[in-house]
Amino acid sequence: MSVHNLEQLFQDKIDAEIKIEPLDWMPEAYRKTNIRQISQHAHSEIVGMLPEGNWISRAPSLKRKAILLAKVQDEAGHGLYLYSACETLGISREETINDLHSGRAKYSSIFNYPTLSWADMGAVGWLVDGAAIMNQVMLTRTSYGPYARALVRICKEESFHQRQGFESLLVLSRGSAEQRAMCQDAINRWWWPALMMFGPRDSESTNSDQSMKWKIKRKTNDELRQQFIDMCVDQVKLLGMTLPDPDLKWNADRNHYDFGAINWDEFWQVVKGNGPCNRERLQARKQAWEDGVWVREAAAAHATKKRERANAA
Amino acid sequence: MDVNPTTEFVLHLADNALILGQRNAEWCGHGPVLEQDIAISNISLDLIGQARSFYQYAAELQGNGATEDSLAYLRNERQFRNCLLVEQPKGDWATTTLRQFFFSTYQQLLFQQLLSHSDERIAAIAEKTLKEVNYHVRWSSEWVIRLGDGTAESHRRLEQAIQDLWLFTGELFTSTHYEIESGVDVALLRSNWEEKIRSNFEEASAEMPTNVFARTGGKTGLHSEHLGFMLAELQYLQRSFPGCEW
Repeated sequence: MSVHNLEQLFQDKIDAEIKIEPLDWMPEAYRKTNIRQISQHAHSEIVGMLPEGNWISRAPSLKRKAILLAKVQDEAGHGLYLYSACETLGISREETINDLHSGRAKYSSIFNYPTLSWADMGAVGWLVDGAAIMNQVMLTRTSYGPYARALVRICKEESFHQRQGFESLLVLSRGSAEQRAMCQDAINRWWWPALMMFGPRDSESTNSDQSMKWKIKRKTNDELRQQFIDMCVDQVKLLGMTLPDPDLKWNADRNHYDFGAINWDEFWQVVKGNGPCNRERLQARKQAWEDGVWVREAAAAHATKKRERANAA
Repeated sequence: MDVNPTTEFVLHLADNALILGQRNAEWCGHGPVLEQDIAISNISLDLIGQARSFYQYAAELQGNGATEDSLAYLRNERQFRNCLLVEQPKGDWATTTLRQFFFSTYQQLLFQQLLSHSDERIAAIAEKTLKEVNYHVRWSSEWVIRLGDGTAESHRRLEQAIQDLWLFTGELFTSTHYEIESGVDVALLRSNWEEKIRSNFEEASAEMPTNVFARTGGKTGLHSEHLGFMLAELQYLQRSFPGCEW
C-alpha cells in the first residue's frame, strides 16, 4: 500500500473518531507531534512539583501539609503515566528526560513563576490547575489512545486539586486582613500567567491547524482561554476578590467577557528562558537526576546480580 | 514541662513521626527516580498521618483548648520529645533509607508492644499504624540490601551512613521517665531490633558497628542544632500570623 493510501486510511480513522493505538501506522509528523506534546506535558507535571513543593515544609497546618504533599505526589504520578504513554511512541523515559535537561524539550512556562506566599498554593490550584484542566478535558478526546486514557485519570485528580485550591483561598478570603491581602496578591500575580498558559493567540500559533485536523487538539487556544475567563469571573465573586484586569466586561453580543491585552512580550521572554525561575527549575531537576545516578546504577547492578545468582542456583 | 507521663509519651510518638515526615518530604520533587520520589513522599504522608493521630489524642489528654496544630506549631525546641535520629539531615539516599530502616524497625517492635497497652487509644493507633510501618520496613530494608549489594559506590555510601547514624540508635532503647511511667519498656526491644538489623546487614554485606557511644537527649528535649531550623520553617506561618484559620 502506498504511503498516500496509508495516510488516507489514517485520516479516515481520525474522522471516524477511532483512536490511534501504538502499533497502528501513523504519519511520522503525527508521532513526533504527540511525542512533543505528551513529553512536554510529562515534564510540566514534574517541573510543576517544584513551585508547590516549595511550601510543603511551611504549610500552616498538619492537614494542609498532608493535602499539599499528596497533591505534589499526584503530579509525580501523572508524570509517570505520561512518560509511559510517551514510551508507546518509541522513545524511552531517559531520552525524554535528557531532552528536558538539555533544553530541547519545553515544559509549561507557568512553572517559571515563583510561589511567594501560602496563598499561592490556593491560587495555583484554582487558576493554574483550572487552566490546565480546560486544556486536558479537551485532550481526553484526543486521537492518540494512550494519551487520551492517561488524561481521563489525570483530569479526575486535577479537578479535585482545583477544588482544594479554591477551598483554601476561600478560607483565606474569610480570614484576617493579612490573609485577605495575601489572597488578593496571589490572584493578582497568577492571573495573567494563567491566561498565557493557553498559548499564543490563534493567529500566531504555529502548530494549530495540523493538530486540529489530526484531532490532537480539538479546541483552539483562544476558545479555551475565553472559556476559562468566563468561568473565573463568576468564581472570583465567591471569594470576594477581584481579577486584576480593568477591561473585564460582559459583552452581550459575543455572550462572553471581553478582557484586556495580554503581555505577550512577557510570555515570549519566559518561554525563552528569562522568567523569574527558569534557571532554578531546570537546575533543580538536573541536580536531582545527577544526584540520583549512583542510586539508579546501584539498583540496576543489584537487580542484575540477583538475576545471575538465581540463574546459578 | 509539667504534663502527665502518658501525654508526654504520646507527644514523643507524635514528634517522632512529624519530624521524620518533615525530613522525608524534603525529597518530594527531588528523588533519584520518579517511582522512589513517590515512595518516599508516601512514607512522609503516612508519618504526618501518624503524627496527627497522636497529636489529636495528646490534645484531648491535655485539654485547655490544645489542638493537633497548637501542639505541632506552637511548642519550642526544648518542648519537642522526638529522638535525635529523626531530626538528622536527610543526607543522601543511603542516609535516608538507612535511617528509615532503623526507625521503622524500631517502630514496628514498639507498636507491636503497644497493641496490648492498657490505654486503648494508644493501642488502637498502634494497630492502625502497624500496617503502614510494616511496609516502611519492607521498603527501607530492600533499599539497604540494594545499596549494600549494588556497586562499590553505593556500598561505600551505605557504610558511611551507618557510621553517621549508628550513634543515634542507642537513644531509641534508652528509657525516659515518661515511657517507664506509661508502662512501656523500650529497653526490651533492643535485642530483637539488633537481630533484625544484623540479618539485613548480612544480606547487604555491611558491618554491624560495635562499642559505639550512644548520643541521647532528644527524647527529653535536648536536641541537636538541626531541630531549631526545622521548626523555624515548619512553624513560620502559625508564628507570623497567630490565631488564624488556614
